[in-house]
Amino acid sequence: MSQNKPNPTVNKSTGLPRKRFYRARAHSNPLSDSHFPVPLSPSHVDYSLHYPQLFPLADRTDTCKKIEFADVGCGFGGLLISLSTLFPETLMIGMELRDKVTEYVKERILGLRVANPGQYQNVSVVRTNSMKYIPNYFEKGQLSKMFFLFPDPHFKEKNHRRRVISPHLLDEYAYVLQVGGIIYTITDVEELGEWMKSCLQNHPMFEPLSETELEADPIVKLLNTATEEGQKVARNGGQTFQAVYRRITPAS
Amino acid sequence: MEGAEMEEARVEDREHDHNNTQEDAQIEESEQKNKDAEVAPALVSVHPTQNSVAVAVGSDLRVFNLLDNCAVNLVDESGGASHNDSIRCIKYGTNGKLFVSAGDDKLFKVWSTDCWRCISTVVSEKRLSAVAISNDGLHVCFADKFGVVWVVDLAGFDGSEASLDKKAAPLLSHYCSIITSLEFSLDGRFIVSADRDSKIRVTVFPSKPLDGAHEIQSFCLGHTEFVSCLAFISSPDSPQGILVSGGGDSTVRLWDIISGSLLDTCEVGAKVESDATEGNCSIITGICTILDCTLIAVAIQSLRGIMLLACNLPSRTLSVTKLVSIIGENFVPTSLGSSISGGLLWMVTGASKFRGPDISPCSRVKGISGFNKNSPDSSEQEPVVLADTELPGGVKLLEKLQGSMLIDEKVFLVAADAVKTAMCNLLNKKQYSDEKREFRKRTRNDKKKKQ
Repeated sequence: MSQNKPNPTVNKSTGLPRKRFYRARAHSNPLSDSHFPVPLSPSHVDYSLHYPQLFPLADRTDTCKKIEFADVGCGFGGLLISLSTLFPETLMIGMELRDKVTEYVKERILGLRVANPGQYQNVSVVRTNSMKYIPNYFEKGQLSKMFFLFPDPHFKEKNHRRRVISPHLLDEYAYVLQVGGIIYTITDVEELGEWMKSCLQNHPMFEPLSETELEADPIVKLLNTATEEGQKVARNGGQTFQAVYRRITPAS
Repeated sequence: MEGAEMEEARVEDREHDHNNTQEDAQIEESEQKNKDAEVAPALVSVHPTQNSVAVAVGSDLRVFNLLDNCAVNLVDESGGASHNDSIRCIKYGTNGKLFVSAGDDKLFKVWSTDCWRCISTVVSEKRLSAVAISNDGLHVCFADKFGVVWVVDLAGFDGSEASLDKKAAPLLSHYCSIITSLEFSLDGRFIVSADRDSKIRVTVFPSKPLDGAHEIQSFCLGHTEFVSCLAFISSPDSPQGILVSGGGDSTVRLWDIISGSLLDTCEVGAKVESDATEGNCSIITGICTILDCTLIAVAIQSLRGIMLLACNLPSRTLSVTKLVSIIGENFVPTSLGSSISGGLLWMVTGASKFRGPDISPCSRVKGISGFNKNSPDSSEQEPVVLADTELPGGVKLLEKLQGSMLIDEKVFLVAADAVKTAMCNLLNKKQYSDEKREFRKRTRNDKKKKQ
């Protein structure tokens, strides 16, 4: 095989992966037993694999910098790519259950790193089931922001327990978020929007951001514009429903 | 089809197209496994001051009163159903006033130990896998096979009312993972839950449990397979106690639950394999602290006896002190129990229904005494397996708890084996090669089977 043969899955001019080679089913069953590797604990997450330029050595005892943003169900990674340059000093990771989609984001990040030397070194992606393994990746209070953008709506009532925002899973998100950390959710499904909002509203460890705080937060605007799903909704002139909440210390 | 509900939810690709012979074979295999998974081990639990001993085998709950030296007749007038399928978990409360039982029949029963009356029966939607009683005796908890822990408020119960009609409220949840063990910390501040996904979660037990327990104190992560059992060791410098856990990875581990950090790991499997077990299966099936918690007895699959571990509190380390073998009898303990201060370790072996020479549930009870607190290595006093007549209650107790004195002991080997297979099928994750997984994905059929 000639080494010069162009790789058809990569766009020749940008060096980025072409989405049509990474199509995947829109839904994945979060309840099934996982067969991909999962780190034993947060200290087993290999930062040198995810951020090779920032962590050249596999041993990271000398540095205390940790992942701070998690995009849960990152899809094709649109938001992460925008955040990467907006917060160049912050480590962030996307978590996605679908194998092919994760591969796409991986290639996309590698392509961007090559095309823009020095940039996009703070962003990575991992294939995992965040509903099961969040505590394996992050320590207590490690994250400052979590994103749940356009999650699977799981309309049927019997499948509500598969929703990524649920009263009991919020306990785990509250555990990995630091006090003051922010959870961002958005959807184009009104029913799901109401569900996510009521779950957060009823949880003793979350409070909503005020209107002025929402105005001042540059990330809120990205929720609609940066993701592939958000752009699709905008193209079709659809409506979106967001809920942005802060992690607080529960009143005891 | 309720027997397979777990499987149904967990791996929908379990269901197959009937036209394919290869798949037919797989269905048979998986159905056979379902059947095997329903074999439940015999269980034992001991009153904190050894007033009584309880054994559960199949749907049978047997209690012997050691104070009056007589068998106990359970009185169940709570209006709820009686246990009609395998009991999976039994436990006494710390003050000994309450006793709880739950299992595959989805019934959770609370008993008052004064007169052995059932004071409350809660019907769950799912099968139950673990139970716990809060240290103040005001709340009782049970966990179902979908990973939800429920709490029932017993406030207002003073023993005078006939029964309590109580509803359970969800307390916390492990995301669709079977909860294998549930324990309160020694100071009662935390509730600890262990699951099939090698996770131990430490949650602050709230002042209003009916509103849910939202504050997670820590996760104890380090087991590489499912966690099967939990126990607490008391230590002068930690009121909550030091957590001990055993699991499918053949290790017993020591944890600081406040930080979730792993203090020590004891590879028990390596110590056993050479002399007592066959094969490589040395899953920890039970742990029990004895003698004011200075010693830990460990039950291991296929081991005819128990392993004794000592915990060095100042250095917070675990070490194997002794292997106590049961000689002359095929006795692989399926459950261990001890009173808080008593130096007697109770063991039971047996199983609910299983495919074997004897269809009926069977159990055999034994005891070990002679544990030496100060010098576990000393040769003056060795732990000894008691003869039947040396047990408190003697033959009378055995007749009650075993149901019979004359059981062919070969049955117990078959029973222990059935329990082992059932546990592996229930808790071990199925491993498929990439090709097989692809094949299963391609041929999956999400539609529910018509009954």
